[in-house]
Amino acid sequence: MTVMQKKAENPVAHLSARDIEDLGLELDAIRAQVIASRGEHDAAYIRRVIDAQRKLDLASRAVLLFSLFPPAWALGTAGLSVAKILENMEIGHNIMHGQWDWMRDPKIHSTTWEWDNASPADMWKHSHNELHHTYTNVIGKDNDLGYGIMRVDEDQRWMPFYLGQPLWNFINACLFEYGIAAYDLEIAKNWAGRKDNAEFQRQRKAVLGKIRKQMTKDYLVHPLLSGPSALTTLGANLTANLVRNLWTHSVIMCGHFPEGVQTFAKKSIEGETRGEWYLRQMLGSANISGGKLTHLMTGNLSFQIEHHLYPDLPSNRYAEIAPKVQELFERYGLTYVTGSLPRQVGSAWKKVIRLSLPNGFLANLKSARRPVRVAAPAADASGAGRPFMERIAA
Amino acid sequence: MRTLITPLATLRDRGRAMSVPQKLATAAAGAAAAALGATALEVRRRVADSDASPGSGIDLVRSVVARMTTPLLPDDYLHMINPLWSARELRGKVVEVRPETHDAATLVITPGWGFQASYQPGQYVGIGVSLDGKWHWRSYSISSAPDRAARGRGTITITVKAMPEGFMSEHLVRGLAPGTIVRLALPQGDFVLPDPPPAKLLFWTGGSGITPVMSMLRTLHRRGTMPDVVHIHAAPNRGQAIFRDERVALAGTHPTLRLVENFDDEHGILDVSKLEAACPDWRDRQTWVCGPAPMLEAAERHWESAGLGQALHLERFSAALTASAEGGHVVFAKSGREADLDGATTILEAGEAAGITMPFGCRMGICHTCVIPLKKGMVKDLRNGAEYQENQGVQTCVTAAAGDCVLEI
Repeated sequence: MTVMQKKAENPVAHLSARDIEDLGLELDAIRAQVIASRGEHDAAYIRRVIDAQRKLDLASRAVLLFSLFPPAWALGTAGLSVAKILENMEIGHNIMHGQWDWMRDPKIHSTTWEWDNASPADMWKHSHNELHHTYTNVIGKDNDLGYGIMRVDEDQRWMPFYLGQPLWNFINACLFEYGIAAYDLEIAKNWAGRKDNAEFQRQRKAVLGKIRKQMTKDYLVHPLLSGPSALTTLGANLTANLVRNLWTHSVIMCGHFPEGVQTFAKKSIEGETRGEWYLRQMLGSANISGGKLTHLMTGNLSFQIEHHLYPDLPSNRYAEIAPKVQELFERYGLTYVTGSLPRQVGSAWKKVIRLSLPNGFLANLKSARRPVRVAAPAADASGAGRPFMERIAA
Repeated sequence: MRTLITPLATLRDRGRAMSVPQKLATAAAGAAAAALGATALEVRRRVADSDASPGSGIDLVRSVVARMTTPLLPDDYLHMINPLWSARELRGKVVEVRPETHDAATLVITPGWGFQASYQPGQYVGIGVSLDGKWHWRSYSISSAPDRAARGRGTITITVKAMPEGFMSEHLVRGLAPGTIVRLALPQGDFVLPDPPPAKLLFWTGGSGITPVMSMLRTLHRRGTMPDVVHIHAAPNRGQAIFRDERVALAGTHPTLRLVENFDDEHGILDVSKLEAACPDWRDRQTWVCGPAPMLEAAERHWESAGLGQALHLERFSAALTASAEGGHVVFAKSGREADLDGATTILEAGEAAGITMPFGCRMGICHTCVIPLKKGMVKDLRNGAEYQENQGVQTCVTAAAGDCVLEI
């Protein structure tokens, strides 16, 4: 993959400026329909999910008081993992996006919600809502692309450090909540001296305070309450946090990493129109196919494309608008990237591994077994982004 | 629908006057960077401030248990068992909806944790109701008498008149089922009966303006010490006179309470000259007036011209925010959004319509959660026409643009 503008086959070359604005209007119309029909049914949905999540959390923690017995450990850990995933994804992520602000409920509101995660709500909202959702998949602007530690695009210059990126990515997955907190803190920017130090110190204190509270709860208070089961409860809570981290990391990788998702050059978004913004969201996101349970457990980020088009529409409505969005993709000749969870996770990991090596390294290996394509697509002047062997041949 | 106009002085003093549980509620509604940190601090402050010792024990337990529930509070779980068990926000349960006239009803509400039973007769309360998934807030005078003996286990009542095109008042009168959970704001307002009351009083009420005065009459009745009271009440007709039977009965019980009724259909509109006839010694009485705006203005002129403004207490309410500003081009500086506004749209509504996450709480000018710095220009308070210049925080929920302005959000 390479930034879309440099691709030999630009996937939007067939669209005129007029087409793109028309597409924008059609997407606006879908949004307006949902906004006009938000009501009690939707409000009841989020209240129900919150209620069920809290009951599951309580019940799991109650079962874990007896975690010395292996069946109780297994049941409690599974329940707590699911509760934490729901809390972070379908509830926390979506409320903090402002998806439920229209209810004017002072508690279920993006300005007041706090979540069970290392990153404090304010900081996460800034880096996620303002940066990631605005600059989706723009290389150098969107930190979600590789979190600053990985090479996610052929255009990024390869360095030996990237050889380890499958390992970095795995470590990041295990410690995902802390990884997010670290990058919401913009630690790298601070090291480079590009961040106001007083602001950084204030945020650092907030993050450490939050982490201390979360850790006190999971690794001290609840284990102590379990008495003789203290150690096993500690293990259960560690496991639940690990499961939550691995799961959320996987879902989020599926959103923007799988093959077929486009990235964009910094310059390409200068003076971007609303239609062009929509188009970038459509091409820069990928969905996960699956049933209702998959959608719930991914916080409806399985509808990543719909979520990126309409980050503040209630998550329970994405399923209903997905067919309309997909129809627009077809009508405008665009590729709606979607696949099952295992397929998309595999695709994203394959890319992480491929890009840990210099461009074309794998293709080079394969080409020993396969003849080089003779009819290469028309290349642009630099030839960047084409497989290494083709460039050599050219 | 009624919206009460609060004098500016009260707004300014609110920080000091606001009771501690309300500060808690405000803190919870405000931007909660570290939810537990902020709330634990508030809890400690509450413990320090509170002289009610039974509450502090509970607060202490709550802050300890919060270690188990962070980032949530114990109340977030407790109100799953009983919806009223939450001090994080004031709630109430509607236990009865009692029709008073064909278009007015009394709501009997059991308040939850944190509600003060020691409100003063004449004060009003904010009530939030969820309608089609959305919360709506209004203010209504409390019509019941405070009952300290009930120790927080009592009920309060508000009496609502359905207004034409007032979808909320209509819903409260006809659409609210007993058992509904509502949100509450703490009682406030300075249209109150002093304790002890003055020796001679005059109450002049019109329509649903009877409600705060009913709380005062009931309080005097309960105490069994009815001073010399003249109560003049104006209503369109007998059938629409709220609490009529009770008022007539009270006048029968207390010889010192004289009731004068004016039914517009029978007697014509009650004006100031009629008032003089009905209560010739009005100059000697502390007077409380509550009713429609023209009535309040007439009373204000009459008392001012007699040099008796000090003896007059007014409670203003109107069908809506009445003042209108001239409107203008509004720039939301940080978010880079702009809008052209008329003089009736609040800055809050405009910001929300422009897709900005605006802070808000009560949406009726009470809680100050919505305050945003005004960098340039002027806004107007729609409740009373007060104008606010640049470089100060403004309550976006009750102000509209008075010319072009820039807001820091």
